[in-house]
Amino acid sequence: MTPLLDVRHLSKHYGRQIGCADVSFDLWPGEVLGIVGESGSGKSTLLNCLAGHLAPDQGEVIFDTRAEGPKDTLTMSEPERRMLSRTDWAFVHQHARDGLRMGVSAGGNVGERLMAVGARNYGSIRSQAIDWLGRVEIGETRVDDRPTTFSGGMQQRLQIARNLVTGPRLVFMDEPTGGLDVSVQARLLDLVRGLVRDMGLSAIVVTHDIAVVRLLADRLMVMKDGHVVETGLTDQVLDDPQHAYTQLLVSSVLQV
Amino acid sequence: MIEITDIAKTFTLHNQGAATIGVMQDATLSVAPGECVALVGVSGAGKSTLMRMIYGNYLAASGTIKVAGLDVTTAAPREILKLRHETLGYVSQFLRVVPRVPTLDVVAEPLLTVGTDRDSARAAARKMLARLNLPERLWSLSPTTFSGGEQQRVNVARGFVHAYPAMLLDEPTASLDGTNREVVLSLIEQAKARGAAIVGIFHDEEARDRVCDRQIDVSAFAPDRSAA
Repeated sequence: MTPLLDVRHLSKHYGRQIGCADVSFDLWPGEVLGIVGESGSGKSTLLNCLAGHLAPDQGEVIFDTRAEGPKDTLTMSEPERRMLSRTDWAFVHQHARDGLRMGVSAGGNVGERLMAVGARNYGSIRSQAIDWLGRVEIGETRVDDRPTTFSGGMQQRLQIARNLVTGPRLVFMDEPTGGLDVSVQARLLDLVRGLVRDMGLSAIVVTHDIAVVRLLADRLMVMKDGHVVETGLTDQVLDDPQHAYTQLLVSSVLQV
Repeated sequence: MIEITDIAKTFTLHNQGAATIGVMQDATLSVAPGECVALVGVSGAGKSTLMRMIYGNYLAASGTIKVAGLDVTTAAPREILKLRHETLGYVSQFLRVVPRVPTLDVVAEPLLTVGTDRDSARAAARKMLARLNLPERLWSLSPTTFSGGEQQRVNVARGFVHAYPAMLLDEPTASLDGTNREVVLSLIEQAKARGAAIVGIFHDEEARDRVCDRQIDVSAFAPDRSAA
């Protein structure tokens, strides 16, 4: 078996400022990796470098492509990378409006992704869109409504449906539950967990919320000042943290 | 099935003057299939610490812990996850679940994880919950609002729904009434009969004497025992 993603010595600087430095890890099929750290720790920079939104200064991001096996996504051609980001990758933004087209109906938001990978039959696109809206608990009656009429939690679920309809193998999530009510967060977490298990997805979830990673992530990576300071099984890192910063982070969580 | 050799454990508290505290050394223990071993010792002696190291939840400072041949002290996270999904079950004292997920799904989850189809997993979960006398009207509710005894039974149901070859039980009969305590003890006896290797912590001495074949006093693994 080969890892789905193999990241080696990835670095990104903003001028003299470190974004992320010398990050290496691998991600296996079906695994959920959480990345935690405070604001400015480099976790979002890392995620954007991995997803091809930012060009890193150094390193390799080797993805196990369906057709040709492991390939460095940083050196492949732009059209090839764009195709990969449509077929195999998904990116769930913190703010649903960054990942949705707000002027297009809910069904259109989902259908558009199918058309981008070649679907042309209107009836089948619509029925697949309705099926996916159902999976994220958006009723069929809302299929023609625009996301502007949806609540924050519904928008986030719509964004997930739009991203997963094409059957990606790797999902990047940037603070997926940020800005949602805790009650809505729980439902979203359960949804994502079920989708990961049933579809065999791999996911990389960036968050500052320790409770979210405990329930969602198999493995955890802790970042500080652009560097990875600790990695391991999520419960092991949280219950027996080794690095001073992780100990501080874990001991700072408010108990409910 | 479970082979613990010369395990030592230290905690380094970086934010409290980087104090390093040794809590265990030279811990050695072997558990055969079909055997149940009780960890005993006063509170703070390290019973839970040892159990957590077997589960890969705490890192060992040195030594080896082999569960079904895998050394959890050096294994990659995904190997430990596979071990936990297929081989090594854990009934803890705490229920940690995604809020708002129905009890039935919480109990069925270990089976879904190993690839059992949804209907069979749910059927097995129903059977286990009924056996533990959890009222059926609670099955569709999240266990987060349940009483201590009810949560404990959900934990036990979740731990026994899949036939793990090795199991860790942390106070499985705590906060249970006589009837349900009896159900849990019979579950443990059945697991032993099918060949499960079990390590348990039981404050309930009667329960311990009934299901455990041996006792290990973890005070013997204290790092400062020569000085005492």
